[in-house]
Amino acid sequence: MKIDRRSFLGLGLGAAAGVAVSPATWKLMDDSSIWTQNWSWTPVPRDGEVTFDNTVCSLCPGNCGLSVRKIDGRPVKIEGRADYPVNTGGVCLHGVSGLQYLYDPSRIKTPLKRTGDTFEAISWDDALELVATKLAEIKDAGKADRIACVTNHGVGTIPGLFGRFVKALGSNNVYAMDTMDKTWEKTLEKMHGVHGTLGFDLENSDFVLSFGTGLIEGWGSPVSNFKANSSRKERGATLVQVEPRLSNTAANADTWIAAKPNTEADLALGMANVIISNNLYNTGYYVSGFGPGFDELTAMLKENYSPEAVAQTTGIKAAVIVDLAKRFVKAGAPVAIAGKGKGATPGSMREFAAVHLLNCLAGNINTKGGAWILSPQDYDQWPAVEMDDAASEAIEKPAMDPAGSVAGFFAKAGADKSVEALLISDANPCFALADAQAVTKAVQDIPFVVSFSSFMDETTQLADVVLPSHTFLERTEDLPSGAGMARRVTGLAKPVIDPVFNTKNPGDAILAIAKAMEGTVGDSFPWESYEECLEAVTGDLWSDLSDQGYAAVQETPPATRPSVDFTFVAQNPAPIAAEGTEADFALILVPLDNVRIAAGSIASSPFAVKTVADTVLLGKDVLVEMNPETAKANKLSQGDLAVIETPRGKATVKVNLFEGIMPGVVAMVKGLGHAMDENRYVNGKGVNINELMGPVMDADSGLDAVWGIRAKISKA
Amino acid sequence: MKQDKHGKNHKFGMVVDLDKCTGCGSCMVACMSENNVPFKEDESNKKDSLTWMRVYKITNGKSFPETEICYMPRPCMHCGGKGDHGHSPCVSVCPAVATDYDHSSGIVSQIYTRCFGCRYCMGACPYHARYFNWWDPKWPEGMESYLSPDVSPRMRGVVEKCSFCFHRYQEARDLAYVEERDDIEEQEYQTACTQACPAGAITFGDLNNPDHAVSQLVEPDAHNCGKPKNPKAFRLLERLQTNPKVYYVSEREWVRKAGDNYLDGEWEKVKNNHGKDHG
Ligand code: SF4
Ligand code: SF4
Ligand code: SF4
Repeated sequence: MKIDRRSFLGLGLGAAAGVAVSPATWKLMDDSSIWTQNWSWTPVPRDGEVTFDNTVCSLCPGNCGLSVRKIDGRPVKIEGRADYPVNTGGVCLHGVSGLQYLYDPSRIKTPLKRTGDTFEAISWDDALELVATKLAEIKDAGKADRIACVTNHGVGTIPGLFGRFVKALGSNNVYAMDTMDKTWEKTLEKMHGVHGTLGFDLENSDFVLSFGTGLIEGWGSPVSNFKANSSRKERGATLVQVEPRLSNTAANADTWIAAKPNTEADLALGMANVIISNNLYNTGYYVSGFGPGFDELTAMLKENYSPEAVAQTTGIKAAVIVDLAKRFVKAGAPVAIAGKGKGATPGSMREFAAVHLLNCLAGNINTKGGAWILSPQDYDQWPAVEMDDAASEAIEKPAMDPAGSVAGFFAKAGADKSVEALLISDANPCFALADAQAVTKAVQDIPFVVSFSSFMDETTQLADVVLPSHTFLERTEDLPSGAGMARRVTGLAKPVIDPVFNTKNPGDAILAIAKAMEGTVGDSFPWESYEECLEAVTGDLWSDLSDQGYAAVQETPPATRPSVDFTFVAQNPAPIAAEGTEADFALILVPLDNVRIAAGSIASSPFAVKTVADTVLLGKDVLVEMNPETAKANKLSQGDLAVIETPRGKATVKVNLFEGIMPGVVAMVKGLGHAMDENRYVNGKGVNINELMGPVMDADSGLDAVWGIRAKISKA
Repeated sequence: MKQDKHGKNHKFGMVVDLDKCTGCGSCMVACMSENNVPFKEDESNKKDSLTWMRVYKITNGKSFPETEICYMPRPCMHCGGKGDHGHSPCVSVCPAVATDYDHSSGIVSQIYTRCFGCRYCMGACPYHARYFNWWDPKWPEGMESYLSPDVSPRMRGVVEKCSFCFHRYQEARDLAYVEERDDIEEQEYQTACTQACPAGAITFGDLNNPDHAVSQLVEPDAHNCGKPKNPKAFRLLERLQTNPKVYYVSEREWVRKAGDNYLDGEWEKVKNNHGKDHG
């Protein structure tokens, strides 16, 4: 080690204590500090003119408006855009860290082609040609229906172009990553017979009953939820959180109700029973909308969901259930919400339907402060896809997963190895889906994988061709709201800087591939560039989008009052248990969403990782949270190394004791355990919980339904 | 030294509503990004992790399901010392005048090029708000591009801490000067953490100005060492008489109690004593 003046002086706190009283020393030290002040290797950031650019964040489905401070054209700081209708100036830590994604030296800098176990840099022309040729071969061989694409989100014109491209080839295998939105869609189909999704008017509700939704854990549109939550006190609104562990949302709520894991539906049904049997349901305008099944429902609830029975199942006192039901239904604008954690996984339809039943009984459908049934986003109007005979024939074959579940698709792909080509855009299923090992295996078995990605994530590592994408700060993209937001706002991301590396907007990449394929595929994409396409298909919305950077599509509740069909709930669908037997696995491991850790398709930034507490991540070890009682029963204490095992896998972890978690339940954070060699800030830190989880498919929705898995833990 | 039109000094301060804070960490990252705070591969040793703003998690210590938690964001407290004479714990011990009390703003400065790393100030600060650069900062290749010229990157061997985003104050003052205004508006000088907080938990402004939200929120008693008159407001380790300019507000008694150390039974006697006791 080099000992220079400064480090010498710094060796021990108070090393100079005795001498510092004499003025001579004082003078000397002052001199020395001046002498040592210039360090050639400390960067001196260039100064210049200050400007601001607006754009929209797409790191999560929140789509917050951002204002990027630039100096001499160089972005230096990301702030929330104060006049943006979603986040009005606030911003989460991932959005603030955007520049770390932009300049990340581990980004993919140029198109890559796999040769054996390594990647070789190739030109864009060669890469696009390669993909076009390969897909044309598959199509010509009559296997177009075996081509699939997986995008991160399902809405907007970039996913739209991917879907259109795969359709033009002749395949129905178009998937977006599974989120709670998919379960809501299926629930609405069953309960209202409509196609659409549910939004929650949290900022106007005076009683929010949350069944494990992580309202301040990053659920849905995070910043807009933070804001709604924060104004609760001033508005005199109440938040009740149902969850087996004291999450930040539970801690911030007015009341925390610790129901046993996966008994949320039972609690909701018990409350519904109290509401109906006491004739407390909304008898105003809404009861006329009660469709089939109400009498059956009443009888079913009476028989199975008495407060006492529900108290047994959930571990919550009968009196609490009765009181909660009454408070909920008597509130001015109550709303019940489901979709656990960040809402990034689907969930059980029994649970969503039971929770939504409360909304129906309270009569708050499409009301201020209630639950809004939003029709599917349809501002993007596309011309018809052109198809040749081969495509028309292939498109007759159904999608591999009829429910549209990406988990279901990979399960099928892994089982029958019939997928010929997979295009992946901005998504990382090999990390983010339950049973990550099985998904990885399924992807490995696909002969031709093309990843459109900015980062060398777990899925991209398996690709045959990598087409590097612009990050959100370099690209144009329309970003419609969803994710539980009631109001509809579509944002427009605009580049705040020229591409740092040799990347493309994935929309342009797909256009180029389509054009290279010529024929009807090429004809289906008449636009010269992605921007031209965007302007053309967004039609009426374009002028607002381009002028203000967003278009507010809907601010008030939809005027319709869809009737309620109670049959599904009245059939009393069976609960879906966590995988594993109690005899072998005495505990339940639940995932834990932490707002400071990105758990979806992107990895956390260095800044974000830096904020993670040492009770969550210590060195390379993830800490698993458990009640001191659980630890004692398993002969563990704070900081112990332990092995946690589930029916799907096992991992070495450390123990963190937390009084706020239910005994018998252990929790582990999502989003850690990346295997991304080049990114030292996340690589190998912690364990990917998805390696311990397995999907349990819901027969009613075809989606992964569980939150957690049975587990056991012992000292390592 | 510029003074406002009433001839009085500013006293910039912060109020954090702990019932609103969600522990999201936006303030921490906004601060790092605003102030060119570096980062290392492993930041899980929190003792050497440079976090000018750090959000602590405290619990009420009760067992399930009576447990409660609260997040407590901790910037530098910008202590004025008794009577606001500028005898902050750190300022009093710095042999190099590398940290000083600015009477016109109430901000405790840190001049990196003067600091020679004796770390007396770190020992003196009861809030662990100061951090030592054990290493030279190193940004991954290319990431220097995002560094801001408003705040100079630090070097190995110096102490750094929250500056209340002093450069933003300077910018606001410069603008006022150019526009020939006497003083700056409340909204013209806001810190990066305040702006970023999605929960609106942080309020920043001039505690000396009764029109500013911060003074209205806590009602600091200038004749009583800045103690808040608002009974729901408190400062950390108030009884040390460091006279911090960061105030906290909470409806929850256990949270307010956690702001200082009390002997058994002592809290009951002092908890409603706001504005009376001078220590
Ligand atoms: S909440 Fe989501 S959209 Fe908003 S800034 Fe954070 S990551 Fe971006
Ligand atoms: S006031 Fe500025 S320097 Fe201090 S914690 Fe907040 S952002 Fe950081
Ligand atoms: S940004 Fe606001 S809510 Fe988030 S931790 Fe900081 S003070 Fe709390």
